[in-house]
Amino acid sequence: MISRFANPARFMRISAAALPWCGWSALAVLAAGLYAALVVAPPDYQQGETVRIMYVHVPAAWMALGIYVFVAVASGVALVSRHPLAEIAAGAAAPIGAAFTFVCLATGSLWGRPMWGAWWVWDARLTSVLILFFLYLGYIALVNAFDEPSRGARAGSVLALVGVVNLPIVKFSVDWWNTLHQPASVVRIGGPRIDSAMLVPLLTMAAGFGLLFAALTMSRMRTALNERKALAMRLNRTSRSARPAEREPLGPTRPAVGRGT
Amino acid sequence: MIGEVGGFMAMGGYAAFVWPAYGVAFAVLGGLAWHSWRRYRASISALDRLQREFGTRR
Repeated sequence: MISRFANPARFMRISAAALPWCGWSALAVLAAGLYAALVVAPPDYQQGETVRIMYVHVPAAWMALGIYVFVAVASGVALVSRHPLAEIAAGAAAPIGAAFTFVCLATGSLWGRPMWGAWWVWDARLTSVLILFFLYLGYIALVNAFDEPSRGARAGSVLALVGVVNLPIVKFSVDWWNTLHQPASVVRIGGPRIDSAMLVPLLTMAAGFGLLFAALTMSRMRTALNERKALAMRLNRTSRSARPAEREPLGPTRPAVGRGT
Repeated sequence: MIGEVGGFMAMGGYAAFVWPAYGVAFAVLGGLAWHSWRRYRASISALDRLQREFGTRR
């Protein structure tokens, strides 16, 4: 599947058609999900209305893990095949993953205060998700730490692959250790253990987040490809105009043209 | 009607936790989407400008 989209020109063509569909359907599904989560879904018999936080928290946690898998797979492909589209995909997705991880941590904290009586506890699930957040930040910092984009992408790819170790720890922390965080109730052997009145809003929000991720990743990848093309055009022009007569030396005296924001 | 809306906003006494949770999610994801979109538009217009320049020079 990767090889079919691996041609940047083909990716630009396909994503140009898919981007508006993904963007608008993400907005529509999220609007439906919010209505279902805030109005239609019943309050929980123990948690009361705080259960509504779950409709953001749990899908955000799924996205946090799923996007990390995406970043790690794209990083692996980038390291093995050296294909530029793979490292662009990983770099485009990582900030989205970091955002979802932050949302997961913040909403969990806002749920924990009234239900557990604590904003934060150092149990295995919470700590491993915090490490996931730092892995995202480390990846983003490393990718942007080099002047040459491909070197940063290679270093970041290695970090992303090493960080995969953390994923099973996040997922199974609630089974391996005696955590305050409750065990899985949707993605578990034997099927979901929550009522459809709560499962449907939850899955709707998850679908909305998934579409949002698709739209944002595509637009960020298109941005990166546009920026690389613009940079190549500028470099090409600079070297061409400087070479024939050598009147204009290359260097800091020559201002970068059209370099906005 | 106003009572209904007030009851909805009160979230059974947990308004101080439920609404900030949705607010944080909206601010973070909305902010990222807005920033990504702006950079996308800027990259398109920068490329257009360069392509126009190239077109006139050749």
